[in-house]
Amino acid sequence: MAAVGVEHVAKSFGSTVVLEDINLAVESGRLVAILGPSGSGKTTLLRLLCGFDKVERGTISVGGEIVSGPDVHLPPERRHIGYVAQEGALFPHLSVADNIVFGLPRRLRAARHRVEELLELVGLPLAYADRPPQELSGGEQQRIALARALAPSPALVLLDEPFSSLDAALRVETREALAAALSAVGATAILVTHDQPEALSMGHRVAVLWKGRIVQTAAPEDLYRLPADADLARFIGEAVLLPGRAQNGSVTCALGRLSVDGPSIEGPVEVLLRPEQIRLASADSGAAGVRARVREVVYYGHDASVRLQLIGGDSSEELTARVAGYQSPHIGDEVAVMVEGRVVTYRGGRPE
Amino acid sequence: MSLQAAGQRPAIARLFTLLRPTPSPVLLVAASLPVLLVLVPLGVTVVKAFNLGAEEAARLLFRPLVGELLLHTLAIAAAAAAASALIGTAAAWFVERTHLPGRRVWAVLVAVPLAVPAFITSYAWVSLSASLQDFAGALLVVTSAYYPLVYLPVAAALRGMDPAVEETARSLGCSPAASFFRVVLPQLRPALFGCMLLVTLDVLAEFGAFSLLRFRTFTTQIYAEYRTGFNGAGASLLSAVLIFLCLICLLAELKVRGGARYGRLGRGTRRTVARHELGGAKLPVLAGFLLLIALTLGLPLGMILFWLTQHGSAASTPVAPAPLLLLAATANSLGLGLAGAALTTLIALPLGFLATRHRGPLVTFLERAAYLAQGVPGIVIALAIVSLTVHALRPLYQTTGLLLLAYAILFLPLALVSVRSALIQAQPNLEDAGRALGLGRLAVIHRVVLPLAAPGLGAAGAMVFISVVTELTTTLLLAPIGTRTLATQVWADTSTLAFAAAAPFAGLLVLISLASSWLLASFFGRSGLLGTTPSGRL
Repeated sequence: MAAVGVEHVAKSFGSTVVLEDINLAVESGRLVAILGPSGSGKTTLLRLLCGFDKVERGTISVGGEIVSGPDVHLPPERRHIGYVAQEGALFPHLSVADNIVFGLPRRLRAARHRVEELLELVGLPLAYADRPPQELSGGEQQRIALARALAPSPALVLLDEPFSSLDAALRVETREALAAALSAVGATAILVTHDQPEALSMGHRVAVLWKGRIVQTAAPEDLYRLPADADLARFIGEAVLLPGRAQNGSVTCALGRLSVDGPSIEGPVEVLLRPEQIRLASADSGAAGVRARVREVVYYGHDASVRLQLIGGDSSEELTARVAGYQSPHIGDEVAVMVEGRVVTYRGGRPE
Repeated sequence: MSLQAAGQRPAIARLFTLLRPTPSPVLLVAASLPVLLVLVPLGVTVVKAFNLGAEEAARLLFRPLVGELLLHTLAIAAAAAAASALIGTAAAWFVERTHLPGRRVWAVLVAVPLAVPAFITSYAWVSLSASLQDFAGALLVVTSAYYPLVYLPVAAALRGMDPAVEETARSLGCSPAASFFRVVLPQLRPALFGCMLLVTLDVLAEFGAFSLLRFRTFTTQIYAEYRTGFNGAGASLLSAVLIFLCLICLLAELKVRGGARYGRLGRGTRRTVARHELGGAKLPVLAGFLLLIALTLGLPLGMILFWLTQHGSAASTPVAPAPLLLLAATANSLGLGLAGAALTTLIALPLGFLATRHRGPLVTFLERAAYLAQGVPGIVIALAIVSLTVHALRPLYQTTGLLLLAYAILFLPLALVSVRSALIQAQPNLEDAGRALGLGRLAVIHRVVLPLAAPGLGAAGAMVFISVVTELTTTLLLAPIGTRTLATQVWADTSTLAFAAAAPFAGLLVLISLASSWLLASFFGRSGLLGTTPSGRL
């Protein structure tokens, strides 16, 4: 049975519909990432789960108990849902240890119940216990916020963009620490984020929230490999979309004849491939493949993004390839383009 | 704020500030003079008290009268601070955190009593009933006048709080009430303590309101001894005790403000706060606000209007209002206000400039010394100036120039805050940018510095203007003979129970104060309004 169930939940503010018919299930001990661009309704959904706002329609259940429904609204303090806010929201007037035990009964607070254990869990030294939160870095504050949320052993932990205020290096490190802590205690969790790498790397499953609806829920690799539609494909990572014609499990497009993954369609389609599926070889090497000219190279070090224009034939399509940094070509080079792996097709592609 | 910052800097940084390009000697002298001015009355009072000799001092000090005054003064100050904290915090919470109907209007009305001088409120209550001349009456009057000093900063603190902090407390099992007491109130504590100390300071220095209520405190007794004795020994001893009490408050306030300030963690976008539903409490809360405004604004303004419509004979002492005197008093009040504002802002400029451009140990010392004036009540400053001029500078005694100088001493700290923040607006790097774009030194001042600093300088002047117009004590003691202002005339007429005669003066005074406060607030926004309150004082 799902530890958390969201069924047909809707919410609007005034005449603006923010969420319509949200359905989501989180199994016990799993982390579901809700991925959506800003304005998609992520924060609203999270506030409904926490009980800060009331649902308009539908029900929310936690551990089999309905906490939000047509005639039910359990106040936040009785939901046993841990909440990690965007910037941690540590209590500025309390020490680290007092922050951690805040949600415990008075007797356990006085005994500093489990402070040591929780600090270790989030990977911070015990010496931090007596520090004021102002002395902590952003990443450390987030770790304490998680320790505080976990202290009362909540039925569910909600994380609201917990890494958005951290710089790149700290973000990865904190992300790993929080993921490790959550899985160590086997917490059921929902992470809300607009950052695709964050959602894909942390979530056991990822639900994409788009304009107030959940458009796809899948395991991270399935979501990246088989996005429900072309718009979603563009949102989750970089996408190369080409017109093509599908027949008998393969598709013909400007890059030749490619084999199709997922549901097979016949007729004119839109073909999705990822930039890292495109391999480049020197045109002189005699390699097979369509010829293209390098128009632009954005070099990142470990890899490079290469914009190509196809030459020959009647197609002048432009596409982007991602190649390892040491293989980065130069502007003006002529290269041979090959595709690795299978591609995905969508109905309603542009006519060839 | 930056007063403390200087002390926290590491030694290396402090060394650098010492090596900073040193200011020109002229500037240094110009900045030091006002500080000397501030220290003179303080020094005179202390020296006079010391000159009494131990025996005489002990005889004057250990009188039953002094004990009684101490009890009165401390009791009223403590009670007013507590009542102001309670009312100010409650009002701020309801306005900022609930769906109180009409909260925008209440937010303004609750702050307005700050623009009504305490002695005007006092006049209104005294003219209503003589039975109010006791502790309860005094508490009512000073609390009405000073609770906005708590309301404004606490409301600002509530607005500045990250709503996620309260929501987190809720998710950790706190009911709304528990989250208020465990999370909101502790975060308000530094602001609240600071404000309570400032209310205490203001009550310790209050003279007019208590004098009209015939409630005896240190200030009224100092005035009485000055009027009767003229030798001033007793008065300066009492003054020394009062200064001591005030300085304790001022130091405690500095410590509270500098120490436990819980900065917001994080710096991201701030969401709007979820307001609480009042539910069944809506009507009682509305009734409470109505009562508060009726007592603090409605009654004082109502009584003034009432006496305006009465014939002079209706009052205990039948004196009809004098139109010519009204005109002269208004002109005097406005003239002194404008001249005082100009002089005070002007002498605050060099010090403000040093404080923003040449920070260092010397400048920090000068700045702190200037703020001492905050801890010296107007009556003490005025008395010290009287005794100094009577003994040493007779020709200056009771001249307009001397009165303006007294205003400048009294309101230098007030002006300094705004002048400083105005000059901070005009960062040196902006000047450099102007020079790099080919502007000369004067052109930079004209096209870069002044446009940036002008609003703040204007705010400084406006605040001093309001303070001078509503000032009573110093004016009473130092005004040239025959020079009446609106404030002194209200005091004189009320003292003789000629309430109807006082009404037009009181009405005009309140009108000028309200209008200029309103202008100040609408020109300079909330920060301009807050500048008149503790949050802006340091």
